[in-house]
Amino acid sequence: MPQLLLELFSEEIPARMQAQAARDLERMAGERLKAAGLAYEALTTFAGPRRLTLVVEGLPAATPDRSEELKGPKASAPEQALEGFLRKTGLTRDQLTERDGVLYAVIEQKGRATADLIPEMVEGIIRTFPWPKSMRWGDGTLTWVRPLKRIVCLFDGKVVPFIVTDGSPELGGRAPGIESFDATEGHRFMGTGRPLKVRSFEDYRKQLEDNYVLLDQADRKLDILEGARSACRARGLELVEDDGLLEEVSGLAEWPTPILGDMDPSFLDLPPEVIRLSMKTHQKYFAVRDPATGGLAPNFVVVANVEATDGGKALAAGNSRVLSARLNDARFFWDEDRKVGFDAWLKKLEGVTFHAKLGTMAERVERIAALAREIAPLVGADPDQAERAARLAKGDLASGMVGEFPELQGIMGGYYARAEHGDAIADAIRDHYKPQGPADTVPTAPLTVAVALADKLDTLVGFFAIDEKPTGSKDPFALRRAALGVIRLVLENGLRVPLERLVDRHGRVIRDREVRRSLEFFRLNQQTSMATFRREGDDLVLDWPYGTFVKHGPNPYITASHVKENYPLTSDVFVGIMIPVDDGNGSCRVNEEGGGRFSIFLGTNVVSDLLAFFADRLKVLLRDQGKRHDLVDAVFALGDDDLVRIVRRVEALDAFLATDDGANLLAGYKRASNILKAEEKKGPLPVGAVGTGLPNQPEAETTLAFAVERARGAVDQALETEDFAAAMTALAGLRAPVDAFFTDVMVNSDVPAERENRLKLLGQVRAVMGRVADFGQVAG
Amino acid sequence: MKHTESLAFQDLILTLHRYWGDQGCAILQPYDIEVGAGTLHPATVLRALGKKPWKAAYVQPSRRPGDGRYGENPNRLQHYYQYQVILKPNPDDLQDLYLNSLKAIGIDPKLHDIRFVEDDWENPTVGAWGLGWEVWCDGMEVTQFTYFQGVGGIEVDVVSGELTYGLERLAMYVQGVDNVYNLKFTKEGTTYGEVFLENERQQSEANFHGYDVDGLKRRFEDMVAEVSRLLAMRGPQGQALVLPAYDQVLKASHLFNLMDARGAIAVAERQSYIGRIRDLCKACALAWVEEEKRAA
Repeated sequence: MPQLLLELFSEEIPARMQAQAARDLERMAGERLKAAGLAYEALTTFAGPRRLTLVVEGLPAATPDRSEELKGPKASAPEQALEGFLRKTGLTRDQLTERDGVLYAVIEQKGRATADLIPEMVEGIIRTFPWPKSMRWGDGTLTWVRPLKRIVCLFDGKVVPFIVTDGSPELGGRAPGIESFDATEGHRFMGTGRPLKVRSFEDYRKQLEDNYVLLDQADRKLDILEGARSACRARGLELVEDDGLLEEVSGLAEWPTPILGDMDPSFLDLPPEVIRLSMKTHQKYFAVRDPATGGLAPNFVVVANVEATDGGKALAAGNSRVLSARLNDARFFWDEDRKVGFDAWLKKLEGVTFHAKLGTMAERVERIAALAREIAPLVGADPDQAERAARLAKGDLASGMVGEFPELQGIMGGYYARAEHGDAIADAIRDHYKPQGPADTVPTAPLTVAVALADKLDTLVGFFAIDEKPTGSKDPFALRRAALGVIRLVLENGLRVPLERLVDRHGRVIRDREVRRSLEFFRLNQQTSMATFRREGDDLVLDWPYGTFVKHGPNPYITASHVKENYPLTSDVFVGIMIPVDDGNGSCRVNEEGGGRFSIFLGTNVVSDLLAFFADRLKVLLRDQGKRHDLVDAVFALGDDDLVRIVRRVEALDAFLATDDGANLLAGYKRASNILKAEEKKGPLPVGAVGTGLPNQPEAETTLAFAVERARGAVDQALETEDFAAAMTALAGLRAPVDAFFTDVMVNSDVPAERENRLKLLGQVRAVMGRVADFGQVAG
Repeated sequence: MKHTESLAFQDLILTLHRYWGDQGCAILQPYDIEVGAGTLHPATVLRALGKKPWKAAYVQPSRRPGDGRYGENPNRLQHYYQYQVILKPNPDDLQDLYLNSLKAIGIDPKLHDIRFVEDDWENPTVGAWGLGWEVWCDGMEVTQFTYFQGVGGIEVDVVSGELTYGLERLAMYVQGVDNVYNLKFTKEGTTYGEVFLENERQQSEANFHGYDVDGLKRRFEDMVAEVSRLLAMRGPQGQALVLPAYDQVLKASHLFNLMDARGAIAVAERQSYIGRIRDLCKACALAWVEEEKRAA
């Protein structure tokens, strides 16, 4: 079966775009072949520094003949309708067939040679290829990621002739576009420099390899790894492997040639992170480890694109000199930073905006410091230490080194703080961004945990307060990662943290600051009418020329419009003022006149939204661990905000439901709940004490009543000590009485008193079970 | 690299002149107004607009007042040279032409590792952008290679290929020197330091502490006003005075850089200054394109 080979040869394609380009080519070619009715056996694509290649195996020589019947007008239809149909089908009246008074046209479509279908297909791919950025060149209009130079297009060993026109003027015999051909070229410097005529994919691949081009990125990666490892081994060293870097360098060389170079050992006194990042970011070198010390060796591996005629001596020496210049820059930052220090950096953060609506980095530092202080006792850290560590934690963002290498945030702060502030604080600064992803480790040192939690909670509360929540795939402030970080910090350290209270309190801190800022704005814009704002306990007091406004209560909000209604102000005067006032719903939005400039506020909805967000993230985490997410819902419905307790409860519930008692009790719960729900629709359910020893009361009813009583006591006691297994055991005691009750007792008795007592009893069953979990949320 | 045979700084320039001259480029002399980059020379920025073919090469001193280090940093200068080549439309074999220019100055691609590493170039001050690469030689960036896609905020009619060689870096590489001031300027041994070190010291002091900020601001405003005035005038053939207007834009741009080095530009003002220069540039670019249409 024939083979299709397509190569799109261009100037150097950015490394970061190559893998996606291979996937796009695969998808686009597959779609187009399918649309053309061409079945194939296999389709493979390759991407490299200068070429995208497609090979399709097992294509037919032509598409099959097709015959299609088209329904036309009725035989009795007016002349125009018939004419229209004939025009459309290109047939004459006598070629139509008639069936049941309707005319039909049979269109015979001859199969087309596959080779005839290819040009349009290739041109379509070229003209619509989704490069992240593409460009024009010369005086043409064609676009590609970089100038497209050649197209190799062979079907069944023969050139498929076509020209992709590029809109350039026809001048001096120059083809007005790019013509398909059967010749490619090899390595830019090591190849023969002559066009390589190819006959098939196998021949193409072999000739490329003979001309120093490895077509397949997987081969290039393998060569790099093996070459780099053995170059290191030969000197008794070890390669520091790096998948991201490997991916990139394998897109920068057609004939990757790893070479071990020497670094001036005097640079080894720089932090290893700095050396590695300097090598990776600026030079795309791999770092090298000395297995004897476990530390970095004074070497690097550069992946060249050429087997140099001198064995790579000159280029290793050249790269080494460039690296020295880079490391000299890094040393400059390292030396300067240590002269400058945290005081100056923190001062500098006053001029750095964190987010337009959330103030400067300095303000953020203050908030994190206050929060870390509050969290410290909850995690076993010293509040003064926690506040100090938090205050220093963001300082390195203003340092020269982190300005150069943002990835070193925290790490540099740790180095710079260690001598003066001690190991615990330095570690807290270094690790407070952790965990940065599901694979990252979670800090355990109490001080670090306090700062890490404060950092993440400030981010979460702040962005939720200004309504910048993640939506769908958009999470520009990485809030999901922050929430997962909080959850893992809490769970993996077994911390008992009242999240709701922390979130609510911190929300107020953010809101108060916004109020102060609003009033400052007001003062600046209305210099004759001074207003002052203060908090007295939970009360908000605003003194201004129009009188004193006091709003009592812990949740005082006031909107501009509210004030306007009560005070003789023009809207101009009040632009931008947002004073917290309760609008009754626990939340309020700034009025439009505020222009959104001060639209920051935190109602209870922010707290509940954020807690729901945590619940959602916890569900994802537990699901990844193979736990049932409906159980998380069942436990979250209780309104608890203690993650450790929630997880323990979920685990106990999971174990309980796996038992026979658990599964049966769940069925009993559902039955009771259904009856109650049906009754609730008719009117309020009866409440109050369940009677026992009533006339004609079935034994099963009395037994259940006592069982519920016992269970309640046991459950309460178990919950008191957070012994959820015991709580489940207590519930298990209900299984037999519940089953017996449903077997022996008719809830809907004709005697109203009996019916009422039984409904009360079922209500109590639901209530006592509901103290352990919301079984209504459990699937089953 | 064999240091003994390596080209002196001026021979590097002369070799490139000879090479690009042979490719049909007009060899121009540096523009006589301070600019921050060779691209800003009207022979690049303005000539890249419109449809007329154009080939030129020149050395352009680049003035970056904020980069001055009083001659104490081995690689940073407030005044250095760029070698600028513009070919419009870009020839199909521009990469090969470029690689041959490296061979001409003694860089053998079979001995050294030459790479084209993605770099999307952008100069917001003149509203110019393009796609291309940084060219690396043994890990060092020696040239910016760009296919212009837009200039003065206008998409180009015809794509120009632009090559910007960092001459000092290239020379340091070729000569195997780690400090720019130790470069051989002439074969006979005059060093780069002898030519420029004192200039760096004096200019650094003036850039950081010398110039009168109020005076700079005043002159900036004067230049801005001059651009509009000149663009509104017409020459003897009825043409807009784009070239003199653009000269004033360059002067304004340099005044801005001086104010910036003096620390006189507040963070909040910065974007506004850059925006004003870009708008002036755009006005000149539009006038240039109009002028070409009018003349045709």
